[in-house]
Amino acid sequence: MDWGILGQQILNGLTIGSMYALIALGYTMVYGILQLINFAHGEVFMIGSFLGLGTLALLDAAHVNLPIPLALLVAFVVAMAGAALLGMAIERVAYRPLRASPRLALLITALGLSIVLQNAVMLIVGTEDRTYPEAYTEALIDGFDIGAIHISYQQIFTLGLALVLMTLLTILVQKTRMGKAMRATAQDPMTAGLMGIEANRVIAYTFAIGSALAAAGGILFGLTYSINFFIGYQAGLKAFIAAVLGGIGNIPGAMVGGLVLGVVEALGAGYVSGTWKDVIAFGILVVVLIFRPSGLLGERVAEKV
Amino acid sequence: MHKALRIGLVIVAMLLAPLVVRYLPQNQYLMDVIITTLIYVTLAIGLNVTVGLAGLLDLGYIAFYGLGAYAAAIVMHGGAAQAATAGGPGFWLAIPVALAVACIAGLLIGLPTLRLRGDYLAIVTLAFGQIAKLSENNWDWLTNGPQGMEVAKPVLLGHELRSPYLLYYVIAAIALLTWACVRNLNNSSVGRAWVAIREDEIAAGAMGINVPKMKLLAFMTGAAFAGLAGAFFATKSGFISPPSFDFIETVIILAMVVLGGMGSLPGVILGGVILAVLPELLRSLPGILNLEGTFDITPYRMLIYGGAMVLIMFWRPEGLLPEAHRRRELHGATAESETGTAPG
Repeated sequence: MDWGILGQQILNGLTIGSMYALIALGYTMVYGILQLINFAHGEVFMIGSFLGLGTLALLDAAHVNLPIPLALLVAFVVAMAGAALLGMAIERVAYRPLRASPRLALLITALGLSIVLQNAVMLIVGTEDRTYPEAYTEALIDGFDIGAIHISYQQIFTLGLALVLMTLLTILVQKTRMGKAMRATAQDPMTAGLMGIEANRVIAYTFAIGSALAAAGGILFGLTYSINFFIGYQAGLKAFIAAVLGGIGNIPGAMVGGLVLGVVEALGAGYVSGTWKDVIAFGILVVVLIFRPSGLLGERVAEKV
Repeated sequence: MHKALRIGLVIVAMLLAPLVVRYLPQNQYLMDVIITTLIYVTLAIGLNVTVGLAGLLDLGYIAFYGLGAYAAAIVMHGGAAQAATAGGPGFWLAIPVALAVACIAGLLIGLPTLRLRGDYLAIVTLAFGQIAKLSENNWDWLTNGPQGMEVAKPVLLGHELRSPYLLYYVIAAIALLTWACVRNLNNSSVGRAWVAIREDEIAAGAMGINVPKMKLLAFMTGAAFAGLAGAFFATKSGFISPPSFDFIETVIILAMVVLGGMGSLPGVILGGVILAVLPELLRSLPGILNLEGTFDITPYRMLIYGGAMVLIMFWRPEGLLPEAHRRRELHGATAESETGTAPG
């Protein structure tokens, strides 16, 4: 066995997996609190990616000659803030009025909204593929070799940023007042309400944070691949599967699920065949869920009778 | 009106529909819309068994439709992926094969999911749906891969059923059969067992219902109708390829079920008709309003479609024609009196 190729595939898998993980976090956080599969989340990722592209293009067009790291920072801030606002708006307009309705009604609303957002973006930017400005993608394309493994700066950047964002999220959820309120609401919304936690505010925050993470994933995606109005569909589906794989509602689970899915896909593409890699990924999901019906890290919840 | 009379009227109307449409402008196009609508109505009724009655959220439903279509196409090709041969077994033999394939697939997908609940079940069915589509795409030797397969038209008494008017009667029969089966199941012990499982699985088991068996039956029943519809779709369109069986199609059918009113047969039929006709209506709206040329609605079609889904859910979260007891659940005692006489 060639360990170099194996290492390379694992590294590639971790890179794409960390993008899945960033999107999966939004699914899992919203699910943890509302038990809603937020199908519009993939579109937030896509819009975040376009916001990043738009910001970079605007900076270039206005001849603001920022150094590349600074320009990227501006793009991340703008895209994440924009996506956070969008996420909060989606929750406020589409989900809050239906919170007392049957869960499937909410699911259909999410699906309808996803169609609306996708087509709205298509009307604005058109159907063709777009790429991020070359100055940024080329700055990240180089790299170095360790043994037989080639590590590009893009991979270091993606993995590093994902790590930083996930650490920040963990601190936010575990150490801050808002994090505590989020965990309390996820565990028992009614009791949390009785303790003086304002559910609406917690939910709005959850959507904002999840959407911002998805937008960060969107820019990382755009720095590697070309983007169009349809990328949210596939990426959203994969990220959702990552969230379920890890145990939906469980934040570390989403991170693990994303990375596992990415690595499994990369290994499948490398060792079996590129056309079957998705089948392998979905097959693993099915097998995991059959043997661990609540995901890799999900808790087995006792059935209430 | 008497129930039998009402059903008779519907059947007569369905028999006469093509004769009326024939005299309308753009009759070929209209017939095509009607046929597509009936396919969707069949699918919506089928998915309603799994999701609406038994409460099992199936996000891979379109896989059964796809498997039915491919099974029919392969049988009609005599097992080869190449162009259809005239001598191969016809559509009528393909129907039972498609039905059997879809049923077995329903059983195979149902079995491992018996342990799973709620959204985990949904996600496993979604994964199965994707696996089915990807396999159709990758098994070149059997399915001709992304290039798709050509499918012959059904032959009846030596005549090829080419015209949409004749094909209409085939799908009308399939839709009516589906409707009649589900309606009777609905009122039988099986239907009541499904509803009991949907409402409370543990209580249903305690009352002596064989929960795993009933769940499998729900999966297989839903799958069977999708297989039938798929076989018809293959022969009607004359060509099938994997993108026709994408996840988004399951979403649309699920939207029909929820929009119409889960578990309610008239509801899901209405939901199917609305969501199948709406895109076509939007396409021809400028023509109808004599605004042709001044305003092109085409780019906005899907936008309006998605928006309509959201708005209907806002307006009626229980669906347009909900089951009587679900309506009571959502609107409390005030609705009790007005729905008290509606059949359950």
